[in-house]
Amino acid sequence: MNIFVCVKQVPDTETKVTPNGDGTFIETNSIKWIMNPYDEFAVEQALLLKAAVAGSTVTVVRVGSVQDTEALRTALAMGADEAVLVESEDNLDSYMIAKSLKGGIEKSGKTPDIIFTGKQAIDDDCLQVPQLLAQMLEMPSVSVVVGFEHADGKVTLKREIEGGATEVYEVSAPVLVACNKGLNTPRYASLPGIMKAKRKPLQQLSLGDVGVSADDRRIKYSNFQLPPEKPPGKKFDAMDEGNQASVVAEVVGLLRNEAKVI
Amino acid sequence: MSKVLVYSEVHGDTVKSVALEILGKLAGQEVDVAVIGDLPEAGVKALAEHGAANIHKISGNGLDNYSAEGYSKALKTLIDKGGYDYVMAGSTSAGKDLMPRLAGMYDAGMASEVTNFTMDGGTFAGTRPLFAGKVLAKVEIDGPKPHFVTVRPNALGMPESATAGAGNVSEESVDVGEIKAAIKEIIKGASEKVDLTEANIIISGGRAMKNAENFKILEECANVIGASVGASRAAVDSGFAAHSMQVGQTGKTVAPSLYIACGISGAIQHLAGMRTSKVIVAINTDPDAPIFTKADYGIVGDLFQIVPLLTEEFKKIM
Repeated sequence: MNIFVCVKQVPDTETKVTPNGDGTFIETNSIKWIMNPYDEFAVEQALLLKAAVAGSTVTVVRVGSVQDTEALRTALAMGADEAVLVESEDNLDSYMIAKSLKGGIEKSGKTPDIIFTGKQAIDDDCLQVPQLLAQMLEMPSVSVVVGFEHADGKVTLKREIEGGATEVYEVSAPVLVACNKGLNTPRYASLPGIMKAKRKPLQQLSLGDVGVSADDRRIKYSNFQLPPEKPPGKKFDAMDEGNQASVVAEVVGLLRNEAKVI
Repeated sequence: MSKVLVYSEVHGDTVKSVALEILGKLAGQEVDVAVIGDLPEAGVKALAEHGAANIHKISGNGLDNYSAEGYSKALKTLIDKGGYDYVMAGSTSAGKDLMPRLAGMYDAGMASEVTNFTMDGGTFAGTRPLFAGKVLAKVEIDGPKPHFVTVRPNALGMPESATAGAGNVSEESVDVGEIKAAIKEIIKGASEKVDLTEANIIISGGRAMKNAENFKILEECANVIGASVGASRAAVDSGFAAHSMQVGQTGKTVAPSLYIACGISGAIQHLAGMRTSKVIVAINTDPDAPIFTKADYGIVGDLFQIVPLLTEEFKKIM
C-alpha cells in the first residue's frame, strides 16, 4: 500500500506571534517551528496502517521553507520511510499548497492508496488543503476523523461533527483522511529512529518542478495587525466567604444591566 | 453589485442563524439562497425577511445524508446555472468540509472563516483572524470566479434591521451520481446542547476542575442560562473532558456573547480560541492569572464556591 502523509510546519502554540514591519505577514525570525499538532495524528495513523498491511511504504510530503525541516525530520524519525519537500516561502495560500502537494505526490513516482493529513493547520486555520487536494486528485475525503479501521481494502471512518456527534463513513481506497485529535496517541521518535532518519531519502523539489507559479495565488492577505486590546475589566476579590454572595450578585447584575448578555 | 449564493443549513424547522447573519451583511447585493433537502415555512420566511431573492431547495438521489461529494455536486449544478460572483456559507462542520471541495471544482479562491466582511462596489474584503486570533489580517480573493467565503458563526451578529427579499421558492432536482465516501450511520453525541462554535453562552472549566465529575457543577450552571460547556486543553489532556469540548488553538475557536472561564489560567493558546467573545467572565484563585487581562469581569475566588453561587443568582433572574 502506498501511504502518504502531508505535514506542515507551523509556529509553536506557545509562540508569541507579531506582524512584520510592513504588515504583509508575521515576524518569522524568532519563531520556534513545530510539526502542526494535528499532523502528528496523521503520521501515527499512517505508521499504524503500514504495520498492519505488509509491503506498505509511508511517504511524507511537505511544502515550505528549507531553513528548518523539523516537521519532516520528526515524521521520518517516527518511522516514515521517505520524504518529499517542495521548497517555498511559508506564506503560500491553500490553493498553492494543495497544488504543490499534488505535484510532490506525483513526482514521488507512487500512486497514493491513502493520504493522511491533519484536519487543519494551526497557522492560517483555513481547513482547505485536505479537501482541495482530494478534489484535485479526484478522490473522496473525510475530514475531522476521530476513528479509523481498515479491513478488506475498505476503511471505516468516524468524523466528528457538532455537539460531539459522529458520522460513520465506509470508503474504498483511494481516499484522503484528515485527522483530528483523539484518533490515536502519536508515538515519540526514539533515539535510534532519529539516527536512522538522517539516512532516509529526502527528495527536494522547487515550486517550478511541481508546476506552481505566482499565478496560482488566490488569496491576498494584507494589514497584519494585533487584535485590539480590551480596556481593563472590573476585578472583584471573593477569596473571603463573607463577601462571595455579594460579589456574585453584583457581577450577575452587571451582566444583565451593563453588558446586557443575560 | 454582485450576485451571491448563500448556502444555508436547515436546523429544526428553520435555518442555522449564521445564514441570516450573512444575509444581513449582503444587503444591497443580489442574493439567492440554496438549501439541500426540505425547508419548512418558518425557514423560508426567515430567509425572505433577511433579503433572499430566490430560495432554491435542492433534492435528489444521494442527498438524504450529508456528503462533501454529493452536496458539492448539487451546489455546482445551481452555481453553473445562476452565474454567481460569490458563494458563501457558515463555517460549520458541513460548511468547512464542503466549501473547499466546491472551490476546488472551479480552481477558485476561498476565504475561510472570516469574522467580518464588506462588499464595497460589490467586491469582497474580509477580516480574518490568523494564528488562532493572535493576529488579524485583511483578506481578498483573486483568480477565477465564483469566489468562495465561509463566515464564523456568531461573529457578524444578527442585523438590526433587515431588508426583505422576494423569497421566491423553487425546487431543483439533481442527480449527483455515485458517492464514494458516503455516511453509513450517524452516532449522536453525549450532549444535545448547541455546539461550542455556535453557542451564545459558554461556561468552560480548566485544570482546577480537578476531575471529570466536577464538571457537573458547570453543567448545572449551564442548564440555567442555556449555555454549552467547554474546557481548556489542560482539562482535556488530563482526561476531565472530551476533545470536542476543547476551546483554544488546538480545539475550537469560539465567539459567544458570554464566555465564563472557571479555573482557567489563560494560556496563550486558550486565549487565542476565545478572545473574540463579546463579554468574558473569569473565575480564578490566582489574582495574577493571565485570563484576568482579557476578562471584562474578573472574580478572584475559588470556583467550587463561586460557581454554585452564580448558578443560584442566575436562577433568580432567568
